[in-house]
Amino acid sequence: MSRNITRQKGEMVTFMLNGAQVQADPNWSLLEAAKFYGLYIPTLCYDEGLTPYGVCRLCVMEVGSGDRTKLVASCMHPVIEGLEVRTHSNRVIKTRKMILELLIARCPGSKKLQDMASMLELKEVRFKPLNDDCILCGLCVRMCEEQMMAKAIGYAGRGTDRYITTPFDMTSEECRKCGACMYICPACELRCQGPEAKTTLCSGCLNTEAVCAAKYDDAMCFMVPCLSCVKRPEDVK
Amino acid sequence: MTIDESRLDSIIDEYNAEQGSLISILQDVQAEYKYLPKVALEYVAKQLDIPRVQVFGVATFFKAFSLKPKGRQQIHVCMGTACHVRGSKKVLEEFERKLGIEAGGTTKDGEYTLETVNCVGACALGPVVVNNEEYHGQMTPIKVESLLKKA
Ligand code: SF4
Ligand code: SF4
Ligand code: SF4
Ligand code: FES
Ligand code: FES
Repeated sequence: MSRNITRQKGEMVTFMLNGAQVQADPNWSLLEAAKFYGLYIPTLCYDEGLTPYGVCRLCVMEVGSGDRTKLVASCMHPVIEGLEVRTHSNRVIKTRKMILELLIARCPGSKKLQDMASMLELKEVRFKPLNDDCILCGLCVRMCEEQMMAKAIGYAGRGTDRYITTPFDMTSEECRKCGACMYICPACELRCQGPEAKTTLCSGCLNTEAVCAAKYDDAMCFMVPCLSCVKRPEDVK
Repeated sequence: MTIDESRLDSIIDEYNAEQGSLISILQDVQAEYKYLPKVALEYVAKQLDIPRVQVFGVATFFKAFSLKPKGRQQIHVCMGTACHVRGSKKVLEEFERKLGIEAGGTTKDGEYTLETVNCVGACALGPVVVNNEEYHGQMTPIKVESLLKKA
């Protein structure tokens, strides 16, 4: 990434992260700084190897102090000297949950979204599920362009009709069938109950027992530990 | 379909084959063919050295561009708020019935294209129908037939 090349040694930015004074490389985004200090910030459209895009808004943080605070997408926001940043304020948590609720309503079948729902303790989805298979995070498009140098897929349409496609909606000559787009897609991996699940929110997040464990005798999520699956009954409100 | 590459070349040259002029180039191409033929888009992409998918994205982004051939008569039925409350839906349905196509479609003989628009700025005259730049106010389902005859 070009940002690393412009980095100058020794020169650091000091700012307040959740009330603690911290230092960061001036080329970092708030998200990179927070990750460096070990904080878990949920993200969906961000990937270390790709240009940040700032569309999922899950990485929101509250910046500023007193009454003059605002929410920003931390993956796109630079670290600034003296900035006051909060990564887990009530406003941030409420907003993140709302965004995730909307995303899950769009793609209830995605395992990544469902696991994130357990992690953020999302308890209900009040919107009508759309059962779509894409949240328009743009990871596949950037992956194809920036890492695979293929530029085989992109966006078409606008607004609510926007979708990911190949040129002219036809099999694309540019595509090398490398599969990188599917590998990075947060909506491609389906949750244990598959696409036909009866509930919008994975029941694993509401029950004390992992549904997958009941079905397969083993919990199936090894990549991201599913918090709801290890919850004790008394933890569930 | 075959296209006249020299005609496209002259459009592209007018803008010095600049990538930033893609929209203007597409507008001129559309003016030439009344829509954006796939071959023409591919040619433009090649000449400007822009990924095909990006040209496709721009062509589908703007409502003014069409990838499907349009009819000689382009009928736009206003579905804006003012026209809607005055019954534009009935007018549209009558057009659909008479032409045997749905909004967005073109008749088989290539004569009519039926489309909806959101407010053409003549709300006091609603429901408004625009036929090839010609405005018809206070439309009713009954007037549809005579409008089609006139056209
Ligand atoms: S499989 Fe095709 S579309 Fe997907 S990243 Fe590879 S080249 Fe791009
Ligand atoms: S297909 Fe997957 S990776 Fe691509 S935009 Fe949609 S959700 Fe994101
Ligand atoms: S049942 Fe548990 S482990 Fe399986 S997808 Fe749902 S939350 Fe994850
Ligand atoms: S990760 Fe920042 S907006 Fe998606
Ligand atoms: S709503 Fe039809 S012209 Fe304004």
